[in-house]
This record gives sequence, structure tokens and C-alpha cells, in this order.
Amino acid sequence: MAQDRGALMTELCNDPVMLEHWHPVVSLEELRRHGRCRTMLLDRAVEIVAQGEGAVVRCEAALVGSLVQYGYVWASFGEAPKPLFAVPEFDEADRRFVVTGVFGVQVSAGRAIENFLDMGHFPYVHAGILGEEPHTEVKDYDVEVSQNRDEILATRCRFYQPKAAVSSDAGAEVDYIYRVPHPNCAVLYKSSPMDAARLDVIYIFVQPMGQERIRAHTGMCIIDDASSDLEIRSFQQTIFGQDKPILENQYPRRLPLDPRAETPIRADKSAIAYRRWLASKGLRWGVIPAGV
Amino acid sequence: MKLYDFELHAECYAARLMLSLLGVPHEVETVDVYPEAAHLTPAFRAINPLGRVPVLEDGALRFGTVQGILAYLAAAYDTSGQWAPDTAVLRGEVAGWMAIAAELAATAGQARLIETMFAQGDAEAARAGAEGLLRVIDQHLWFGEVEGRDWLCSAPHPTIADIACFPHLVLSEDGGISRQDYPAIRRWIDRVKRLPGFTVMSGVFATSSAL
Repeated sequence: MAQDRGALMTELCNDPVMLEHWHPVVSLEELRRHGRCRTMLLDRAVEIVAQGEGAVVRCEAALVGSLVQYGYVWASFGEAPKPLFAVPEFDEADRRFVVTGVFGVQVSAGRAIENFLDMGHFPYVHAGILGEEPHTEVKDYDVEVSQNRDEILATRCRFYQPKAAVSSDAGAEVDYIYRVPHPNCAVLYKSSPMDAARLDVIYIFVQPMGQERIRAHTGMCIIDDASSDLEIRSFQQTIFGQDKPILENQYPRRLPLDPRAETPIRADKSAIAYRRWLASKGLRWGVIPAGV
Repeated sequence: MKLYDFELHAECYAARLMLSLLGVPHEVETVDVYPEAAHLTPAFRAINPLGRVPVLEDGALRFGTVQGILAYLAAAYDTSGQWAPDTAVLRGEVAGWMAIAAELAATAGQARLIETMFAQGDAEAARAGAEGLLRVIDQHLWFGEVEGRDWLCSAPHPTIADIACFPHLVLSEDGGISRQDYPAIRRWIDRVKRLPGFTVMSGVFATSSAL
């Protein structure tokens, strides 16, 4: 295992698709706690140092482009990375923003995002929380790739959940909307148990350390004035802890983009669109490109 | 009775598992160990000067190590007398495997904290130390199966030693330690999972009741 990891480290990511994107490297919360953070991004060691309200990112003494948004420091090695995707809910003053933590996982970014989009595993992996037998059916939903915004949108997703959120007191049929506005980031909107008219936001921002090693940054931007940060965090950590061994037991660890590589079922519509979308970008790093 | 707990903490899981196996009613107070490091604050050190979870409170008594918690729970609440048996041989065996459990925490457990929650340390060295222990444990369990022994100690039933070692072994993959080469450990994990009163944690799944 050590040898595998060594071999992966020797070659630095030179995939223009990855290099030209912004990537999360540390939450402001973690940065404030430690003052600095040493981590990996696209096979390169980077150091983030708090500076005023923001941060400075360096790679081998050279400055790396950075910005602060959604409670995170983002970095890019690109010449002109396009602006970060919009999540307007972050600006709504009455929402709770809770960073639920960052976890290291031995998996590619693509596998982590695909798992986040998948509803089929809820009753088995998150039994008693996000799903429960015999309510295992993934009802038909819609998926589209928005050309304007260059993102995947899955709508009309519904699932029966015994405990959809920390504030739930009973099982409910829950509505989901998924957005994938970045190859390594996904945002989920789900019915809020506290406010029928609005949707809670749960995000996963994946920091690709290497092709098969990530830091998964998760958090919530929700309507809930009753639960403590600790309760919200514990709820999300329990769910992520359940996903982790499943993610780490998927082989190959890189996401295969060839449509014939793995056999999808109807419930995997969003995953099919996601793989197709990544392939259309010409992504070759962290994935197994089609035709290889 | 109150357990100061953190869901993803291996030794907290050992304490929860023991409480569940013995069916001891208790309340849980979650400590924000990660990412907040609330266990290192002066407020928590007033509860456990070691700055560690789990902590078990029973009336005025307080136990701040997992070894202490398991030994106390078995002595005070196990009416069967099986979990911490009172013979000379088994006392020695249990004490020995409790020490191995602490070594597993410092190796396999540490590798997990480094890989998953970015604790400081040398993951490769931690894994190397763990692999050495897992080899010995796997051999011990394999020979046990041949002799008709199912557990770490020579009793015909599990002891607190099995419960102390279990979390670090069942969570080893989090630290990058595969159990592919340790089939006897895998079978022992399934035996623990089939104990009446067994409870899962996030990242540990139940097994079938078959066999």
C-alpha cells in the first residue's frame, strides 16, 4: 500500500481540467483553529497561512492563486480559473452555516461525488436515518445538464427517510434536488423539517489530494434554530462515517468514464450524466478515461 | 450512569459496546472531539485530566481510560462473571490482551486518526507496528480455532479483552490496514458481531445472524 501511494505521488497532476479549477483546501474554521494548514492538492504539497480575514496559499514557496468563499479557502494552479459556482443560500442571513468536518478518504473525488448523488444506498448504508427497508425504491427523477451554468441538475428526487435531519421527529417522504456545479463539488437541497417552504443545503466539497486520496469537506447551510452545532455536526459525521468504508471498498478507486465499464441501473441516471459530463470536459486525472 | 462519548472514536465505541452487551442503562454526553478538540479544553480536563474520551461516570465514581471503564463495568454490572473472569489464568490472559489493545490504539488506531482526521504522526510507522500485531493476533486466533477456542483468552466465552481489541481491528481499514491477509481476525470479528447485545457504530456494519 505504501508503495502504491509512493508511485502515485511521483507524478504531479498535469490535467488542465483539474489545474484550471478552484479547489477547497481548508475551512476558515480549521484555519483559525491552527493558524496554518499543510496539506496536498493535485499531488502537490501546499501550505495555507491565515492572513487577516483571508489566507495565503503557497506551494514550494511560490504563491498560489486563492480566494475565500463559502467558509473555505480555495486554491487554483490555473492561469485564469473561472469564477466559483454560485450558492446563493450561503448569503441568507437566517441560515445556520455549520462546517461538519473534513475527513481523509482513500478514494477518487469522482467516486465520492457519485456516492453523494446516489439515493439507492440510503436504506442499506444509512439504515434508520436516510432510509429504511422495505422503502428501497428509487422513484424516477429528472436529470439535466445545464449548458448555461455548466452543471448537472437532478430534480424531482423523492425518498422516504426515517430521520432526514437532526431536527426530524418522524419519518417523512423527503424531496431532494442535487446540483453538481464543479467536477469535485456537489450541493444537495432537501426539504427542511423546520420550514416547509424552504430547502436545507448540504454540501460536499472534495479536495483531491491525489488521484485516489481526498479530503472531503462537508457542511450544512440549514434552517434550524433549535439544534446545537454539535448535534448538527454529529448527525452529519455519523452519515459520512457510514459512507467511508463503502467508498474505500470500491474498485477501481478511480472513476471509470467508459459507459461500458460498470453496469448502471435506472436509479443511476445522475451518475450516468455525471460521468458523461466529466468525459465531455476531457478529464483524465482521477478517472479511467473511456477507451483505455 | 453517564458516558462522555464521541461517535467516531474507537475507544468510545469499546465503552458503548460493553454497555450494550451488558444492557446497562446510561445517558450519553457527546464531546465535540473532532474538529473542535473539546476534549482538550480546561472545562473537559476538569472531568478527565488526561484530556481523553471515553469517560464513564457512575455516581461519584469516574473512569477516564477505556481499560478502567471495561474492567469496572464487568466487575460491577456483569452478573454472569464471564466478562472479567476471576481465575488466575484468565486474569493473566485478560491483562495481557488489554495491554495489546492499548498497543493497537497506538498503532492501528493512530494510523486511522492520521489518515482520517489528520492527526499528527507517522502513518507508515503506525501501520508497520499494527501489521506486526495483527499477524500475531491472526495466528493466535487461527490456532485457537483449531483447538476449539473462539476468543482471545482461553475461556469458552468472550471477555473484556475481546471488546478492548475489537474497535481497533474492525476499523483498521480506516488507517489503510487491509484485513485481507488476516482471515482468522475476520472470522473473530463476525463472532463478536453475533454476540447478543452487539451494537454497531458509524462505519461498522452488522453481520448476518447465520452460521
